[in-house]
Amino acid sequence: MTAPAAPANPGMVTLTIEGREVIVPPGTNLIEAAKTAGVLVPHYCYHPSLPVAGVCRMCLVEVEKFPKLAPACATSVGEGQVVHVHSEKAREARKGVLEFLLINHPLDCPICDQAGECELQDYTFAEGRKDSRYMEPKRFNPMEDFGGDVLYVPNRCILCTRCVRFMDVVAHDPVLNVSERGDRAYIGKFEGSDLTHEWASNVVDLCPVGALLSKDFLNKARAWELDRTASICPSCSQGCNVTLEMRDNVVVRIRPRPNMAVNQHFACETGRLNYRWINRRDRLEYPQVRTADGLVTASWSDAIAKAAALLTGTRRVTVLASPSLSNETLFLLGRLAAQVGATTVTTIRRGHEAPLPGVPDLSLRAERAANHTGAEVFGFVDSASPLASVGADDVLILADAAGMVPTLPAGSTIIVMGTVLDDAMRELAAVALPICNFAEEDGTFTNLRGRVQRFLQAKAPPAQVRPSYRVAGDLATATGAGTFPALASDVFGALAAHVPAFAGLSYRNLGLQGSVTAAPAEVTA
Amino acid sequence: MSLHAMAPHGHDQHADHVPVFTGARRAELDELLTRYPTKMAALLPALWMLQEDRGWVSPDGMAEVARELELTPAYVQGVVTFYTMYHQHPVGRHFVQVCTTTPCNVCGAEDVVNAFLRETKCGELGVTSPDGRFTVIEVECLGACGFATPVMVNGTMIECVSVDSVKDLLAGLD
Amino acid sequence: MGYPHPSHSRETPVLSKYFGDAEARTLAGWQARGGYETLRQALATDPVEVQNVVKDSGLRGRGGAGFPTGVKWSFMKPDGKTHYLCINADESEPGTFKDRELMRWTPHQLVEGTAIAAHAIYAETAYIYIRGEYTEPIARVREAVREAYAAGILGANAMGSGKRVDVHVHKGAGAYICGEETALMNSLEGRRGNPRIKPPFPAVAGLFAKPTTINNVETVCAATHVLRNGADWYKSLSNPANPKSTGTKLFSVCGNVARPGNYEVGMGFSMKEFLWDLCGGPPAGRSFKAIIPGGSSVPILTPEECETAVMDYEGIQAAGSLLGSGGVICFDDSQDMVRQIARLARFYAHESCAQCTQCREGTAWTTRILERIRDGQGTMKDLDTLLEIADNMTGKTICVLSDSCATPVVSGLKKFRHEFEAKIPKNRSSVMIPGFSPAAA
Repeated sequence: MTAPAAPANPGMVTLTIEGREVIVPPGTNLIEAAKTAGVLVPHYCYHPSLPVAGVCRMCLVEVEKFPKLAPACATSVGEGQVVHVHSEKAREARKGVLEFLLINHPLDCPICDQAGECELQDYTFAEGRKDSRYMEPKRFNPMEDFGGDVLYVPNRCILCTRCVRFMDVVAHDPVLNVSERGDRAYIGKFEGSDLTHEWASNVVDLCPVGALLSKDFLNKARAWELDRTASICPSCSQGCNVTLEMRDNVVVRIRPRPNMAVNQHFACETGRLNYRWINRRDRLEYPQVRTADGLVTASWSDAIAKAAALLTGTRRVTVLASPSLSNETLFLLGRLAAQVGATTVTTIRRGHEAPLPGVPDLSLRAERAANHTGAEVFGFVDSASPLASVGADDVLILADAAGMVPTLPAGSTIIVMGTVLDDAMRELAAVALPICNFAEEDGTFTNLRGRVQRFLQAKAPPAQVRPSYRVAGDLATATGAGTFPALASDVFGALAAHVPAFAGLSYRNLGLQGSVTAAPAEVTA
Repeated sequence: MSLHAMAPHGHDQHADHVPVFTGARRAELDELLTRYPTKMAALLPALWMLQEDRGWVSPDGMAEVARELELTPAYVQGVVTFYTMYHQHPVGRHFVQVCTTTPCNVCGAEDVVNAFLRETKCGELGVTSPDGRFTVIEVECLGACGFATPVMVNGTMIECVSVDSVKDLLAGLD
Repeated sequence: MGYPHPSHSRETPVLSKYFGDAEARTLAGWQARGGYETLRQALATDPVEVQNVVKDSGLRGRGGAGFPTGVKWSFMKPDGKTHYLCINADESEPGTFKDRELMRWTPHQLVEGTAIAAHAIYAETAYIYIRGEYTEPIARVREAVREAYAAGILGANAMGSGKRVDVHVHKGAGAYICGEETALMNSLEGRRGNPRIKPPFPAVAGLFAKPTTINNVETVCAATHVLRNGADWYKSLSNPANPKSTGTKLFSVCGNVARPGNYEVGMGFSMKEFLWDLCGGPPAGRSFKAIIPGGSSVPILTPEECETAVMDYEGIQAAGSLLGSGGVICFDDSQDMVRQIARLARFYAHESCAQCTQCREGTAWTTRILERIRDGQGTMKDLDTLLEIADNMTGKTICVLSDSCATPVVSGLKKFRHEFEAKIPKNRSSVMIPGFSPAAA
C-alpha cells in the first residue's frame, strides 16, 4: 500500500504502459488504458460490453511494485503505475495459459469455422509454445445444438463464459450456464429452453474461439476469403453498425461492428439475415420502358428522358419512397418533387419491438425502416395508406417502394425505381429504373436518435444497375431541377449545405461512427 | 447437458413431477425466505428439500425450484452441477460414500471401497446394485480424517470403517 | 483434548475442554459451565472495545490464512449499513476435522462466539455455513440455535440487551472450494461456489454486496475465551518468546499415526514432542516418512524437518511449510509418496471450480501425469514438466486452489524425487498412452 500520489493530470490518472505515458479517467482498467496507447493486452474472457469475469487469466501483466502479476481486466489504473505487458514474466505466464488452453483442444483448425479469426490461433501464433508437451488422452464432449442459430462444440471451448454472461446480464435471458466443474466443466443449456432470443446470435460473435458457431454460416467460407465492408443495418431505425462480409461478391455474413453509442457490440437475428435478400439473383438489371411491345430494355438516357417527360406534363405527381433509402437519395427525390410539384409520402412498416435489455436504448425497433428520420426531414410524410389521394390520371414514382402498398391506384402511370420487378409491376410500370441496394452503394442513414451514419459500397451491382441517389439526381436534372453530383459524398455535401438539420456535418467527419444531427429526435423512455 | 442427462435414466426425465413445495414444505420454504435478503439465497436449501423428498434432483425438480425462486432452470442446473451432493440421477436406497482422499487413503480407504463394491454387488462405482439397494461412490475428504475410513450412508456418518466391518455395516441396512 | 483419546497432560484444553462431555451440548449444560455469560458482557460492551481486546490478544484466524482477528473486525465501522457475519464451518481442507468436533460437542460454544463476533462487527445477522457432509454437526448446531432463540439469547432482543442477533445455519452441498471465503459467500447467495476477484474485499462488499466479515469456527470460539479471561491470559497460554502466535491451537492429526485425533496445545509447542509424545508417533513397527503439518495445501515436511520445528505460524514457516488449518497428515514408511501425491492432485482436480484456466486445466493435467508415473509409464522429462506446470499454476489465479495443488507436487518432487525416479523405467523417453497402444486397440 503506497500513499496516493498527487495526480499529474487533475481528474485523470497518469501511468506508464510499455514505456508510453497514458492519461485515462479513474476506474479505467489496464486493458482499456493500454488500448489508448496502442498496446493490446491479450485476453479472452474480458469484453468491453460484458461485466468483468477475470477467469481466463490471459491478460496477466506485470505492474511494478505489485507482488504478483495482475489481471489487466480486473485491475484499475493507479497514478504513477508502471505496467509491463510484454515483460518476460508476463509473456511466460500467458504462454502457460495458452498451453493449458490447448491441452484438451482438438487442434482441428483445418475444419474449424473460426480458423483465421480465432484468438486462440492468433495468440498462440504470437506468444505460444512451438511444441506440445501434452501426452495424455484428450477430454471429449459431443457437439450440441443450442437451438436458434447456434451450435456448441465443447471440445474447443475455453470456458471464458462470455456467452453465459451475455445471455444473463445483457439479454436478461439466462438460458446458458457453466455446468460441472474442474476440467469436466462445459457450457450447459437446460433441455427445452433454447437460444431463441432475438439477440442470441451475439454469443457466436462473442466466442473468441470456435466453440459457438453459426449454423447459418457453417462451412460457407474461410475467414481469410472474406472481404469486409463497414455498413449500417437497414432492418430498423436503430441503425446498428454492421460489417458486410463478402466472398466473391456475395454477402455471406453480417456481423455487428462496434459503436458504443448505438449498438455496442451487438446485432439482432433479423439484421443478420439481411444478406439473404441482398444476394437476390432475380434483379432488375437494365432500364426498361413500356412500348407497344410491352416493357423493353432501354438505354439509361432514354429511360430517364421518358420518365422526365411523364413527370413534366400537367399531371399530378406523387413520390412514394421507401423510408430505408439513404439521405442522399431522399434529398434528391425531394428536389425532384419540388421541381415537379409532387406530393412526397412514405409508409413505415411496423413489427414487434425486441429490445436488448442490458444495453440502454438498443432494440430491434418496431419501425422497420432504416431512415424514417431522414424521410421525415426531407418531407416524406408517413401514412398507412400513402396513395389514398392518388387519382387515376396521376403519375406515381415508386422509389424502392413497389411492395410497400397492397394495391396501386388503377390507371395511374407508374415510374419504378427498384431492385427487383415483380410480375404485377411488370404489367404496370411505364418506366423501370434499376437501382442498387444498400450493399451496392454509398450513402447515409439517420437513425431514430438523429445519428447520421455512413454505409459503404460492399459489392458491385449487377449489369447496368445504378446507385439510387444517382438515378434520383438524373431524374431531377432531367426535369430541370439543376445538376447534382455523381458521388454520394458530394451529394451529402450538397444536402448539408441545403438542409438545416444537417448543418455542420461533413461526409468525412461522419467517419465510421456517425454524428448526431443538429436537432436530434428526443430520446423517449 | 442433454447428452449427459439422457442415459440411463431417460425414462425418468419426463415422469410426472409432483410438486414439492406444497403444504409443510411450502411453509418451510416461506420461513426460509425470511432469512435472506434475496430469493436466490434459498436455492441450496430448496434443492436439499427437493432431494430429501424425491431422492434426487430431477430436471423437472430444477424447473420447480427455479419457478419458486424466480430463477431460470438453466441457472439452477449450473448450480446443481457444481455441488457433488445433489444427485443428478436416481440412486439406490442406500447411498454409500467412502472417503478416499489422502489421509484416509494412507489408512487403506481404497480397500474399504472395494469391500463395499464386492459386498453390495454394485461392482462398479456409481452403479446401483441389481437389487436397487445400494449405490457406492468414492468421495473427496469428508472432514473426518482422524476417523479413517469415514463412510456416509445416506445422511449418517459412520467412523472408522475397515474392510472387516463392511459386512456387518451392510447387514444393518434394509 | 485428543478426542477420542483422553486428554494428554501436556495439552492446554480451552476450546476442547468439553469434548466427549455430552452434557455440554445442551443449553442448560453449557450455561452450567459458564456459557453465555461472556456474550452477556460483550453485548453490554462497545464493539470497538471488544475488537481491541481481541486485537491485544494476538488471536489470528484459524481457518488457514492467520489474519489477526481483531484487526479484521476493526475494518467494520458503524456506518449504518447492513453488515453480515459469516462463520466458515465448511472445514474441507483434507486432514482437518477440528471444527467438526467443536460443533459436535460444543455447539453452544460456536453460537456464543458467533453472537459475540456479530456484535463486534455491528452485524445483526450471522450465517453459519456448514459443509453438507457434516450432518451431525449441522443437527447439533441447529438444535443449539433453536435453544438459544427459545431462551432469548438470540433474536430481536438478545439476552435483553436490546440488540438484534440472528443466527442462521446454512448447509453446503459438497464443494471444497466453498471454504474459500468469497466462494462461501457466493454459495450462500445461491450461486456456484466460485471465488470472487478481490477487490472489492468482503469488508467493503461481501455477502449480498454488504460489508461482511468471515471467521472460522475455531476463531470465534477462541474469541469468547479471550473476552472471558482477557488478552494477557490468552497470551500466557503460548510461547512468550513469540508474540505473533498466541493462545492455543487445535491440531487435527490423521493418517499413519498411533493416536489420531484433535489435540489442543499452546502455540509454540515442540512438533517433535507433539508427534511422538502426544500422538504416540507412527503406528507400531513403522517410522514416519513425511508429515504435512497444516492441511493438504501446505508443503510436505520430512520427519527430520519436523523434529526441530515449533508449532506456531512462524515456527512451521521456518521449517519450510505453513501452519495452515492445523491439519497434520502423517505418512509412514510403508507409503508410496508418488501414489499419495497423485491422490492429492486428483483431489484438487476434482475440486477446481473451473473458473481460472491454470487451475481447471493444470490440476487435471498434473493428475494425469502423476498417475501415469504411478503406473510405471512416466519419463524423466515428465518430472521437469510437472515442475514447470506447477510454476505456471502458482500465483496466477483468483484463489489459491491452483497453488495448493502445485505445492505438494513441488515439495514432494524436492524431497522424494528418488521415489518418482524409481518408478520411471530406465531410458524411457516416450510413453504408451492407454487407448493409443496397439495392445489396447
